[in-house]
Amino acid sequence: MIDIIGKRYWYFALSLLVIIPGLIALALYGLPLAIDYTGGSLMEIRLPPGATVSTEEVTGVVGQITGFNVADIRVQPSLQGTLIIRTREMDAATKTRLEEALRSRYGEITLERFESVGPTVGAEVTRGALVAVAMASLAIMLYLTFAFRHVPHAFRYGVAAVLALLHDVAVVVGTASIFGKVFGWEVDALFLTAVLTVIGFSVHDSIVVFDRIRENLIRYRGEPYERIVNHSILQTLDRSINTQLTLIFTLVALLLFGGTTIRQFVATLLIGMISGTYSSIFNAAPILVVWEKREWRTWFRRPAEQPVH
Amino acid sequence: MRNRNLWLAIIGLLAVFALWVDFSETQIAIDFLGIRREIRTVLGLDLQGGIQILLEADVPPNQPVDRGNLEDTRRIIENRVNALGVSEPVVQIAGTRRIVVELPGVTNLEQAVNTIKQTGLLEFVDAGAAPIPEGTTIRTTLDVSPTETVPLTGTPTLTPTPALTETAPITGTTPVSPTERVYRTVMTGRNLRSARPQLDQFRQPEVAFTLDAEGTRLFAEYTSRNVGRYLCIVLDKKVISCPVIQEPITQGQGVIRMGSGSTLADAEALAVTLRYGALPVPLKIVDTRNIGPTLGRESIHRSLIAGMVGFATVALFMILYYRVPGILAVLALSLYTALVFAIFKLLPVTLTLPGIAGFVLSIGMAVDANILIFERLKEELRAGRNLALAIDYGFERAWPSIRDSNISTLITCAILYVFGLNFGASMVRGFALTLAIGVAASLFTGIWVTRAFLHVLLDRISVQAHERWFGI
Repeated sequence: MIDIIGKRYWYFALSLLVIIPGLIALALYGLPLAIDYTGGSLMEIRLPPGATVSTEEVTGVVGQITGFNVADIRVQPSLQGTLIIRTREMDAATKTRLEEALRSRYGEITLERFESVGPTVGAEVTRGALVAVAMASLAIMLYLTFAFRHVPHAFRYGVAAVLALLHDVAVVVGTASIFGKVFGWEVDALFLTAVLTVIGFSVHDSIVVFDRIRENLIRYRGEPYERIVNHSILQTLDRSINTQLTLIFTLVALLLFGGTTIRQFVATLLIGMISGTYSSIFNAAPILVVWEKREWRTWFRRPAEQPVH
Repeated sequence: MRNRNLWLAIIGLLAVFALWVDFSETQIAIDFLGIRREIRTVLGLDLQGGIQILLEADVPPNQPVDRGNLEDTRRIIENRVNALGVSEPVVQIAGTRRIVVELPGVTNLEQAVNTIKQTGLLEFVDAGAAPIPEGTTIRTTLDVSPTETVPLTGTPTLTPTPALTETAPITGTTPVSPTERVYRTVMTGRNLRSARPQLDQFRQPEVAFTLDAEGTRLFAEYTSRNVGRYLCIVLDKKVISCPVIQEPITQGQGVIRMGSGSTLADAEALAVTLRYGALPVPLKIVDTRNIGPTLGRESIHRSLIAGMVGFATVALFMILYYRVPGILAVLALSLYTALVFAIFKLLPVTLTLPGIAGFVLSIGMAVDANILIFERLKEELRAGRNLALAIDYGFERAWPSIRDSNISTLITCAILYVFGLNFGASMVRGFALTLAIGVAASLFTGIWVTRAFLHVLLDRISVQAHERWFGI
């Protein structure tokens, strides 16, 4: 029998290995917030085939037309071969002038999209986002406590699921911070959607494992808790992996063939889903064991005092 | 047995209905129990290209906006937008102080903004010895045929602010007969510099206004010669107010006294009209989104391919891994896809890119219920139960997990939907809605439909002979 529970600290360590660099990046660079939250304008243009421009040059043109400081202008090539220009909020007339200036300079450019968000709307979205995250966490914790009310220590299951959920949020947010620095990713309203969806799925996975523990606790009464949990994980492993695979298939299809504007959203979902399955198997259920055995009492003691396995 | 046939019949009927809805041409209306529904796919702006503009009342944040005024404003903007010739413009009130304008297929943002922001044609008209009742539609020397529409490009020289389109009469203009009196326009709103409400020394509301140099000259000349006569304020050929000239106004500033019983709010409304032209509520643009038509077209095409590839991969995996039950699951999944699309068309759900992502994702989720059940089924079979019993046990014991996990996803969807009500996050709503519909539909197809299929199959094959079909 595969022993997942026995190696639980290795799996915790692996999680930390992924999470810690992300959190460091988060502390250093913060989150690359998009105009959805901060307000401002975004213009995405496609240059005529063969045209090459330097971002500095385009920044110069934008500054000249809009009158904004260079610090308020960011020009970035996207992976799809378009150019993304981010500035402070600009109005429709300025946008037209900018388009004309770019056209006269680089030839027939195509405007793919233009978005302009005022500061009030940005502030509202930010507030809404915070409320949404708080509501989702609370609702899921309550629901889990309710769903597992007949199991001894129902509260533990709620906490373990929420810890797994925080793990996934940490993975996704940390990744976003790193990718923001490396690939110019942005955290927009859809990013939050991805995070909340990942939260939903993460709990979904934890529930399936917990559900099996709930069932096995009755069936194998008297067996050591540790063994029951390990057995439950193994029983649900096929299902967890298969469900994960079908989700990965659809997400990869969306990533490779789907609309370009939601590519980052899909990638975030993909990372979060993988993390969600991992955390439900390798974190949520082992945490239950750690709690049951109150292992934290041994964490800071000398090795000699550790129980012998 | 009969029961199962009934189930199959219901599923079959549902499939036929869903397919009919899916493939019927757009704009077909069905009459059912008095409900008329157009069956059509509604595409969001990110898929068909276009412009979305959010306007907000330009008043201090703590000042409430009158609902009626906002509604009037909405109607006026709708009229202006209609002049653009957009096929299906949407002009809606959002919340208590905002209006959303959606213009599918429109690419020129500046023109759209100018059309929305254009001010109405404000005129000061010589009414002579008698006042004209408020609300009367009159003809003036400025434009003899107010009902005639002017081509989009023809900018009349006398519109108060430069606008791209002719300001068509906004409030219900009744055609006037040619014999009717034509009033002389003394001055237009172009010469008005400011207007604000105030109280006079008797605490009566009035509107103080100032004029520019040309206006001062015109007004001085006219009012000196016409004391005691009436000067009407006319907006888009409709009389707003008809004050009497009490003394010559030569310094370029004056007041309009409000009639008896007027309130400061009335004075304020008049001042707003004078300043902004037609709109009862002054507006500012707080958010604009403009999607180019190529990006939209490309997105539809790509989403379609992504959906098909996603479906095919999941189907292939299910069949290879679970064999015969896998085939049944794929059948159920096909029904699921047809059903969900039919629901999208019937409700209708506006399809956006995130919405399609939600749908494609829900394909992956829809088989989750099947996977849970099939894994249980395998366990029961390995435990030596007979197949029919194993199916029932498998379903029964997988149900709590399926229920709990789907409820947690639905909770998330509900919260996301509420978050998506924020204008800047409206994309989120499409995703939450399609995912929620998908989850709900998958409960039906993943559990009842697959189960019915499995039982029907069991009635027809010998179980022991075909255990390999079940991948044990």
